[in-house]
Amino acid sequence: MKSAVIVFPGSNCDRDVFRALARFGLNPSYVWHKETSLAGFDLVVLPGGFSYGDYLRAGAIARFSPIMREVVRVAEKGIRVLGICNGFQILTEAGLLPGALLRNAHLRFVCKYVWVRVENASTPFTAALGKQKTLKIPIAHGEGNYYADAEILAELEAGNQIVFRYATPDGQVSPAANPNGSVANIAGIINRKGNVLGMMPHPERAVEPLLGSTDGQWIFQSLLNTN
Amino acid sequence: MHKEPQVNLELALQHGLSAEEYQHLLDLLGRTPTFTELGIFSVMWSEHCSYKNSILELKKLPRSGGRLLVSAGEENAGLVDIGDGLAVCFKIESHNHPSAVEPYQGAATGVGGIMRDVFTMGARPIAALNSLRFGPLDDARNRYLFDGVVRGIADYGNCLGVPTVAGEIYFEPCYSGNPLVNAMTVGIVRHDQTARAVAHGRGNPVYIIGSRTGRDGIHGATFASEELDEASEARRPNVQVGDPFTEKLLLEATLELIQAGVLVGIQDMGAAGLTCSSTEMAAKGKCGMELILDRVPLREPDMSAYEIMLSESQERMLAVVKKGHEAAVEAICRKWDLECACIGRVIDEPVLRVYFQGQKVAEVPPFHCVLGGGAPVYQREARKPTYLEEVNRLELESLPPVTDPGRVLLQLLGSPNIASKQWVYEQYDHMVQAGTCLLPGGDAAVVRVPGTNKGLAVTTDCNARYVYLNPRRGARIAVAEAARNVVCTGAEPLAVTNCLNFGNPYKPEIYYQFREAVAGLGEACRALNTPVTGGNVSFYNESPQGAVYPTPVIGMVGLLEDLSYLTPAAFVQPGDDIWLVGETFPELGGSELLRTTYGKVLGDCPHLDLDLEKRTQRAVLQAIRTGLVHSAHDVAEGGLAVALAECCLMNQENPLGAKVRFSQPAMRPEWFLFSESQSRFILSAPPAAREQLHDLFQQAGISAQPIGTVGGNQLIIEPWIQLDLDRLSAVYYQTIAQRMTVSG
Repeated sequence: MKSAVIVFPGSNCDRDVFRALARFGLNPSYVWHKETSLAGFDLVVLPGGFSYGDYLRAGAIARFSPIMREVVRVAEKGIRVLGICNGFQILTEAGLLPGALLRNAHLRFVCKYVWVRVENASTPFTAALGKQKTLKIPIAHGEGNYYADAEILAELEAGNQIVFRYATPDGQVSPAANPNGSVANIAGIINRKGNVLGMMPHPERAVEPLLGSTDGQWIFQSLLNTN
Repeated sequence: MHKEPQVNLELALQHGLSAEEYQHLLDLLGRTPTFTELGIFSVMWSEHCSYKNSILELKKLPRSGGRLLVSAGEENAGLVDIGDGLAVCFKIESHNHPSAVEPYQGAATGVGGIMRDVFTMGARPIAALNSLRFGPLDDARNRYLFDGVVRGIADYGNCLGVPTVAGEIYFEPCYSGNPLVNAMTVGIVRHDQTARAVAHGRGNPVYIIGSRTGRDGIHGATFASEELDEASEARRPNVQVGDPFTEKLLLEATLELIQAGVLVGIQDMGAAGLTCSSTEMAAKGKCGMELILDRVPLREPDMSAYEIMLSESQERMLAVVKKGHEAAVEAICRKWDLECACIGRVIDEPVLRVYFQGQKVAEVPPFHCVLGGGAPVYQREARKPTYLEEVNRLELESLPPVTDPGRVLLQLLGSPNIASKQWVYEQYDHMVQAGTCLLPGGDAAVVRVPGTNKGLAVTTDCNARYVYLNPRRGARIAVAEAARNVVCTGAEPLAVTNCLNFGNPYKPEIYYQFREAVAGLGEACRALNTPVTGGNVSFYNESPQGAVYPTPVIGMVGLLEDLSYLTPAAFVQPGDDIWLVGETFPELGGSELLRTTYGKVLGDCPHLDLDLEKRTQRAVLQAIRTGLVHSAHDVAEGGLAVALAECCLMNQENPLGAKVRFSQPAMRPEWFLFSESQSRFILSAPPAAREQLHDLFQQAGISAQPIGTVGGNQLIIEPWIQLDLDRLSAVYYQTIAQRMTVSG
């Protein structure tokens, strides 16, 4: 199992996710955004941060980086792609995931622990979860307000593509548990094929007791087990 | 070629030089300076760059010893050994005046500047802190400033990927016209990978790296060295504009350049831009430089030599490159999409020669520009302020008694000075780098030292009301409180950086405050063995309404040798004993009770016995490190009652009640509950540890006893207070958000 962490100019969670991947035996390497090949990798991770400063629109410039053509190509081949925060934004800009991430409804950056309910535990990113239904994982974003029109939303629902929703600790999906105004409390979605996942919460920040939660480990465990 | 104005005394005065300083300059050069030279000396001899009115006092601070690797003032930031071949590098700096006229950019570039101070030494920033002061939130302008400053700090730090983990914020009328924005950065570097801000080696090329040079921020250093008034609004063009994305590239490129071993020295361009970086590097290397300004990449055409030398455009570095390694430097810059240009070379002769459009526009001796060299140094007149006698008078007995202490507790928790700053720190990415072990909202924050099982506890502290009432003791308390906050987490205090925010030093009463406060800092730092690694002086914090409170902000770093010592401030375990360490006296001078309930800022600040403080801290640290204690919190603003409420509420997800009981004290109950006596802690510990804790504190000669038990969903302080946690929590967590939402 080998994983690639794509580094864009302005990525700033690349080192964090690298450490998390290494911790769970996913053998990470950094891949600079100007490179053009992802040959030999079984997993591609687009980390959080502010690629190109999020200038213009989060992810809007990064999608034109040379490596993105290759990311699209390997995604179509079925290689797993995980986009976290800014990575999720880039995946929607690149057309690998539907919808868009708008500015938070309250127009402020928000960093805190949230709870997400796992809506689909049969993806390669969530299969190790077992009985645990809610995860405590931090968010940190200014543009995490997921939007999709009614048609796309219906498709996502029908295809069981909504993987995480913001919820209370006991799993209630309520407006009060929604930290950014996302439609239907959506915190993470997967493509129809089931190999490209985008999520706003940062699982790499929740992999050891010292940091306050270990719930992020399930994402990495799942990826290892389902390889 | 621009036609440069003829330099004369009048022009020199307009540049902020005094008549004596201008005469000194004439003598130094033996001729009339060129316009560019006048610009160079006016910024280098400004208060901001020269520390001319503060350096004599600063030299009295303990600036070496302990684990210090670099003494204060030697490099851009202090360097302290933390073992394993690693050092922590940290510094605090003010950006008050820019933030007063343009809060968003002022604060953002304040963060950017202090980040560069740290990474220019080769250290990767792992934590950011700040210390903020504003006028009261019922004023729309103050809300605008507060909101803009928080957004500015957030957008810059978040984009850069450095967690903003701790800070402090106070609201007082004296800051209405002149808010304070102090930013601090903490970085980690291997001993053998540090870089110095020095130039040497004849013929070595000099590079400018990063953003292009524009007209922004010209005379920013001079702006920082004058009082704010109605005309200051017109200074907005003096405020620099930040580009955190470029800073992130510059950070990565700088660390890569340093690790590649291709540099002789590197210095960030902050105040006074190219002027300051080139003269300081040359002066430190006892050499000179030739600069050709035509080669400086410009953001706008038609800039003059004067403007290029004085521009404070952000996100730029000046690097002296080892000859023969130019290609490597250029390749690294290209990788990070950064511009770089060779703009000159090092020369043996100790002179800075500047050419532009084929002409020599400046030729100055670097040594005479800089602090510690020929920059002017003054001993200012100090006189005890007359207000002190007036405000120090306080007859506690004359205050009407409090009938409902519970209501007062709610009132204090709803004071923006005490209320949770959650609204603020949730806008900061405080978890990036995945190393924040103690999140904001407690005492000090703790970040892990990457790759080790060690942690750094970091905090900023200053109760300026105390310093206003008693400059010397108030400053001592600022150091003691910072150390207390660090100790509560299980860390041993290592060293401090300070940001000294004062009024106009030419006013003897202001200078008295400054001199006394610095003396107090020195005494406390010596007693607590926390040397000063460096810092920043910000004078002229005055508006037409007067000077701000003297505000010597302390940034402190402590070391957890082992992260298993990590201890939170909030109660953890129902059934635990609650311990009160330290003694309570009727000390209400400068207290939050007096301010919030009685509307007064009067009295003398609380007593502080530095020896007792040190022994108490040692005992608490020993209790923590022996594993006897589950939580530790210091007693500060609002006294015992507020501290107990905080211990109940600070774990917002799992608030825990408390029931404590006191016998009738020998003073009014409200004095006992809300006194701000120093050297006190609230601990929680399992009942099984009772005997050991008794022995430990007894041997240390410290007063400490169990006062009650953790548990339930109320805070009960018998016989006076019984309140539901929900009610306390609503006030504590919502006060600031509510005030800021009203403003829209």
